[in-house]
Amino acid sequence: MDKGIEIRWHGRGGQGAKTAALLLADVCFKTGAYVQGFPEYGPERMGAPITAFNRISPEDIRVHSNIYYPDLVVVVDDTLLNSVDVTAGLKEDGAIIINTVRPRDEIIPLLKGYKGKVYTIDARDISVKALGKYFPNTPMLSAVVAVTGLMDWSLFIREMRSSYEHKFSKKPEVIEGNMNALELTYEALKEQLNEN
Amino acid sequence: MRTDINKINEQTPYEDLTEGLMMFAGGTSKHFKTGEWRTDTPIFDKDKCKQCLLCAPVCPDGCIPVKDSRRSDFDYDHCKGCGICEKACPFGAIEMIPGVEPVRR
Amino acid sequence: MSVKDRMSGNEAVAYAIRQIDPDVMPAFPITPSTEIPQMVSNYIANGMMNTEFIPVESEHSSMSATIGAEAAGARSLTATSSCGLALMWEELLVAASNRMPCVLALVNRTLSGPININCDHSDSMGARDTGWIQIYAENNQEAYDNMIQAFPIAEDKRVHLPVMICQDGFITSHAVQNIELNEDSEVKEFVGEYEPEEFLLNKGNPVAFGPYAVSNYSMEAKKAQEKAMEDSKEVIISTARKYKERFGRGFELFEEYRTNDADYIMIIMGSAAGTAKQAVDDLRKKGIKAGVLKLRVFRPFPSEEIANALKNCKCVAVMDRTESYNGNGGPLSSEVRAALFEYKIYPEVVCYTYGLSGRDFTVENVYEIFDELSGVSEGNIDIKQHRYINLRTKEEA
Repeated sequence: MDKGIEIRWHGRGGQGAKTAALLLADVCFKTGAYVQGFPEYGPERMGAPITAFNRISPEDIRVHSNIYYPDLVVVVDDTLLNSVDVTAGLKEDGAIIINTVRPRDEIIPLLKGYKGKVYTIDARDISVKALGKYFPNTPMLSAVVAVTGLMDWSLFIREMRSSYEHKFSKKPEVIEGNMNALELTYEALKEQLNEN
Repeated sequence: MRTDINKINEQTPYEDLTEGLMMFAGGTSKHFKTGEWRTDTPIFDKDKCKQCLLCAPVCPDGCIPVKDSRRSDFDYDHCKGCGICEKACPFGAIEMIPGVEPVRR
Repeated sequence: MSVKDRMSGNEAVAYAIRQIDPDVMPAFPITPSTEIPQMVSNYIANGMMNTEFIPVESEHSSMSATIGAEAAGARSLTATSSCGLALMWEELLVAASNRMPCVLALVNRTLSGPININCDHSDSMGARDTGWIQIYAENNQEAYDNMIQAFPIAEDKRVHLPVMICQDGFITSHAVQNIELNEDSEVKEFVGEYEPEEFLLNKGNPVAFGPYAVSNYSMEAKKAQEKAMEDSKEVIISTARKYKERFGRGFELFEEYRTNDADYIMIIMGSAAGTAKQAVDDLRKKGIKAGVLKLRVFRPFPSEEIANALKNCKCVAVMDRTESYNGNGGPLSSEVRAALFEYKIYPEVVCYTYGLSGRDFTVENVYEIFDELSGVSEGNIDIKQHRYINLRTKEEA
């Protein structure tokens, strides 16, 4: 990571996009980076489109505005593609990661001619397999690290395990489920990572 | 630092007043001689008084000293001469007379 | 030894409160400051601090209880935002005029209406003349550092005034960022024990607080309070110096960022100052001599110091994050222009209004403003005063 990276998350109220942004800030902090993770706040309405942001940088971060020209966009719910201009300002040499059950070829035409890299991931499938429930957070976080190479993969895995062990000390089954979800996401993305 | 109430008056410069005009002292009202405001003065007739003590609690300025269940003469330093005590007395033992000085008959 | 961590502005303030471990905290929840009493309650429940937490039924009560506890001899603080601060209004003046060294953690949010939960400075600016010292933060770090300095300033014998520690709602209160935290023991030592000379629950030493004052006394009391506010400047500066010596961070009355040789200076408060500094770095690379004066202390207002800091520049932008509805811009522009006039320093001054009700403020906005300033100073454009940044207008459509 020579220079900073700016990430914009699109999700729906209640899906955990904000939590994912804060988790990403957390794990990047542990690798010594300067981090910023914040949601764009409004009335809390379940299901309404929301955005959250990350700045990750080797230098102190002073800017406090939203992010209009992100390096990476993460879409936690593909139904947002119909109503939100998710690629607005997204850099051409950047990337977008979309949680969808649909194949990538079907998604690309919905991105208003975006020419950068497009990754799709079925976070529902992964989450249900690994955790038995639909929590798109963990797979999406994993996808961000896999796609950006923000940190060494094994370091990421180590940090996430220690953070889950801390967070779920009373629910060890959740720790393994989440760790599984991280790895399954990486596996699922492998092909696309090689292609791109 | 405790407040010396006698050094605070309408000539005191602002630098010498207490913070927020707080009084770091207790019972300071006794230094304030409200008896000077009086135009009528209650006179206590010891002989007519039955020591029923109906007068003492109605005095707004606490100017009827009571000790061992017996009242004594008025505290004229603080009595404003309102006359409530005269109205409260069933035995005519308190009489309001015009003037500031307590004049005994 | 400081510890590197990451947390939101609210977490940082709650963490500082835990370290300060005040005697009493009455509070009533309101967005976006709710997390502060919530986190403090957690610390208390977990046995990590000894503060007596009083859940009250309104902000009028939380400030009343803070004053009452403070008068009783307890180190006291509360937290609020927006309409909560407005409901405290009467009590804010009571706290200051009774010279209570209590503290308020304010998370800035706009005042209605339209009802909105996002950041601007209309709440604290509305309370600017209540007699409270006001200190603003650019980020979570400064909110934390300012919180730790609050009681040493308030409780200093030359001051004895309440202190409001302000940070931008959501923008810093809910943004997780890196932070350096001090050791608990070092904070404890810096803040010190609270040993009031006079207080209500001091057996055998009766006191009367909050007396009625007839006109023959009241004006003198107000002047004495005003003098304490003037004197607090020295205490704020010396406390900031001590803090910096010990912990290596912070500013005194304001931060001067690349202003030394600057032709154009932007005066700004709160989180937007960080955005402005980033923009200044970008502009400097293009040879534009821009600088930022980030005001930390709004009350007392450092008139002379600000005027001096602006004496060599050509043009100044004054940034108000509130509207005064007076046809003459916001409070910061009024204060800055009065200061310049008083000290006979006359750069061109352009006043702007930005960021109302959470309207975003970007580095591009800062470029645009500095571009206008250079036009003004070269006499190319006659700029309209009090222009709103990022406002939809027919003209700009």
